[in-house]
Amino acid sequence: MKTVSKNSLFQSIGITKSFPGVRANENISLSVKESQIHALLGENGAGKSTLVKIFYGLLQPDKGEMILKGSKYSPKNPKNARSSGIGMVFQHFSLFEPLTVLENILLGLDQGANKHEIGLKVGELSKTYGLETNLSSFIGDLSAGERQRVEIIRALLQEPNLLIMDEPTSVLTPFEANNLFSTLKKLSDDGTSILYISHKLQEIADLCDTATVLRKGEVIGEYDPKTISPKELGEIMVGQPLTTPNRPKKNKKQKALFSFKAKKVEPDTQFGMTLKDIDFQVNESEILGIGGVAGNGQEELMQLLIGEKRKDSIFIEFRGDDISKLNPRKRRGLGIAFAPEERLGHAAVANLSLLENSLITDPKNRFSDYLGFINFENLQSYTTSVIEKFNVKTTGFKASAGSLSGGNLQKFVVGREIEQSPVLFIVNQPTWGVDALSASNIRESIVEITNAGAGVILISQDLDELLEITNRIAFLSEGTLSKPIETSNAVVSDIGAIMGGLVEKETE
Amino acid sequence: MLKLEPRVERSPIISFLGPLFSLILTMIFGGILFYILGVDPIAAIKMIFWDPLMSETFADYSRPQILIKAAPLILIALGLSLGFKANIWNIGAEGQYIMGAVFGATFALSLYPVESALIFPSMIIVGIIGGSLWAMIPAILKVKFNVNEILVSLMLVYVAEQILALASLGFLRNPDGAGFPGSRNLNQYSSAANIEIFSGTGIHVGVMLSILMIIFFYILLFRHSLGFKIQLIGQSPRAFSFSGDSPSKMVIICLFVSGGLAGLAGLLEVAGPAGQITIDFNVGYGFTAIIVAFLGRLNPIGIFFAGIIMALTYVGGELTQFMLNLPAAAIQVFQGMLLFFLLSFDLFVNYKVKFLKE
Repeated sequence: MKTVSKNSLFQSIGITKSFPGVRANENISLSVKESQIHALLGENGAGKSTLVKIFYGLLQPDKGEMILKGSKYSPKNPKNARSSGIGMVFQHFSLFEPLTVLENILLGLDQGANKHEIGLKVGELSKTYGLETNLSSFIGDLSAGERQRVEIIRALLQEPNLLIMDEPTSVLTPFEANNLFSTLKKLSDDGTSILYISHKLQEIADLCDTATVLRKGEVIGEYDPKTISPKELGEIMVGQPLTTPNRPKKNKKQKALFSFKAKKVEPDTQFGMTLKDIDFQVNESEILGIGGVAGNGQEELMQLLIGEKRKDSIFIEFRGDDISKLNPRKRRGLGIAFAPEERLGHAAVANLSLLENSLITDPKNRFSDYLGFINFENLQSYTTSVIEKFNVKTTGFKASAGSLSGGNLQKFVVGREIEQSPVLFIVNQPTWGVDALSASNIRESIVEITNAGAGVILISQDLDELLEITNRIAFLSEGTLSKPIETSNAVVSDIGAIMGGLVEKETE
Repeated sequence: MLKLEPRVERSPIISFLGPLFSLILTMIFGGILFYILGVDPIAAIKMIFWDPLMSETFADYSRPQILIKAAPLILIALGLSLGFKANIWNIGAEGQYIMGAVFGATFALSLYPVESALIFPSMIIVGIIGGSLWAMIPAILKVKFNVNEILVSLMLVYVAEQILALASLGFLRNPDGAGFPGSRNLNQYSSAANIEIFSGTGIHVGVMLSILMIIFFYILLFRHSLGFKIQLIGQSPRAFSFSGDSPSKMVIICLFVSGGLAGLAGLLEVAGPAGQITIDFNVGYGFTAIIVAFLGRLNPIGIFFAGIIMALTYVGGELTQFMLNLPAAAIQVFQGMLLFFLLSFDLFVNYKVKFLKE
């Protein structure tokens, strides 16, 4: 194990920042030492992103100051930050898809640079830190992992003392994540400090020297992830004990509920993913997990499952009937419920009240009579029970969906469907952006309806979630779905290969 | 320095005060305009908003006129408000208004001089059909070929005006009219006339119908699932298709209803206040109704008040024309200002202004 020097490289003292309606950061002091990999841990909404945006000059603090290499540091903009020695790699990349890797790197440099010289420098960095990349490839053709490498190279060319990484593994397969970790370790060995933002506990334990935990905009404390267990760290992050729900019990006599077959479905836009050879089946009392990194066809598949897009070339069967021509409302009428990934603008509408949002997925016109008049009594009692059962924090059913926090809205959106006691529940990213406690509640409620006999299709990028509650699991890669395997037999290293599409390619 | 900050919740107070403030601002800037035109601004504003209602000299004539002008505005604006809520932009209500009148008048005059109690109710249906058929042209083009309904509906206004000319010069020309353009006067054909229900008040069948329609639309929008669907597709087309209905159906419904109501307004006008089909039968109610719809916040009760206020500017505007020699265009600018200020105020419903130091 390397020894971490005691010298502080970067310090923030009493940083405070408010936005309308929220106090994002409250008196935050932390210190990153030289050559340290320092984790910034917290749930969504804990204030991590705001804080690092202040460090990188994207936001100005209301109060507090920062010290870099012993002198006062107050960046007015990211360019300031970069020239002072702080680099950042964002969760969402800022690369131009129609340009090559080299062109993107040149565009990102603050001063004009010699193309040949930069090429050599990039080659050197790639070799030293395992950041293989082909300078003449177009960004549009690269995977998320490869794009991230370009971003890291771009940041490293500025020779930063401190590199900020914002949730870097959220877009990576396990294999790519491992490569990233060895790169980061090598960087810190060579003297670069890294501020590593994440809410994934295991990777913090594997990678980081120390972890500062944020909760509700405040520092809870600094912990050594090598001596404290990930579970304990998680409970500190959430502020209360966590329980993990059990996988639904396996039923011997499982009846087939739903099957989906598609040979080839072209996307509506040029940026969409073409779905190829998708064939799966869901049984009663079973959770089928569909994993994979975002952008591999999840959205397109979800649209077909909901029925927003209907194609002649696909075949969907539910309890023995062909439902591929039915619109979403009719599918709901059969007892299928859906919760798409995007909460605002798809599953719910910001300017409408929760009451009105309940009407969006009204099955069998439960909330209106045969003439179409809305039955407000039923609607109110239904909405109230969703709010109560799923612990949605809101001022009441008259509150607009936009006034709820992301996590609370997600609880509402999932609760609205589960409260209908669906026969089949199809859900995309049910716990994305949701705090750990609510996430475990949502998973528990999904397991509960499964144990009661429902089938569930759970599309998720969260591998831990899939391994925790699904019975079988398949992976989407480049628009193709792998063969489902029993989750209890799944090995993480195999999954990495499946997610990367390696297995499919070998058999081709 | 000023900064706009998004509001966490839309402000209902500003949403309510917006129309009021825009009315005041319109009076101020309209007053400046009138001043520049050499007219006493206070006298002009008073003549527009006060005299038609309260002046001893004008009120007897003006008050019924306000109702007569408000009725078509309210009818058309109610129909338009459905589409506007759903982001379906029927700008061609003027054309549908003309077609309703032409259809209804053609139907009635083809029966002339037969007298029957069934004629007037049938005319109403024919008028509605005329307007909604005309609105079906942009609707079908939109649904089948995704053609912009704003352009098509607007351009069809000018086609409808040509048909109006054709009718008044050609197939509807009064055979006993000594060759003058224009149809027979429907007010002299008792089965087809839209008569005043209470003499001297201006209250004709259309005024009654527009009040009924306000109640009908209120229930439709706030108590019926169709009203909810209209709101949903306007707020978020994706959430709407997630909910499961076809957007095409909403395009057809919204244009059918707004066209039908514009047609109804046209029919009631030709059978009542106007009396006959003439080349200059249409006076812009179809366009002004757009302002009425927005001034009324696309809310049926708001549209009632907005319709009255706009009618007031028409009647008062006419007074200023012959009393103060204000040009007619000045009154149109005045009405336009109202829409401009109103739309500007909408910004503050969703945003608040913050003052920054430095």
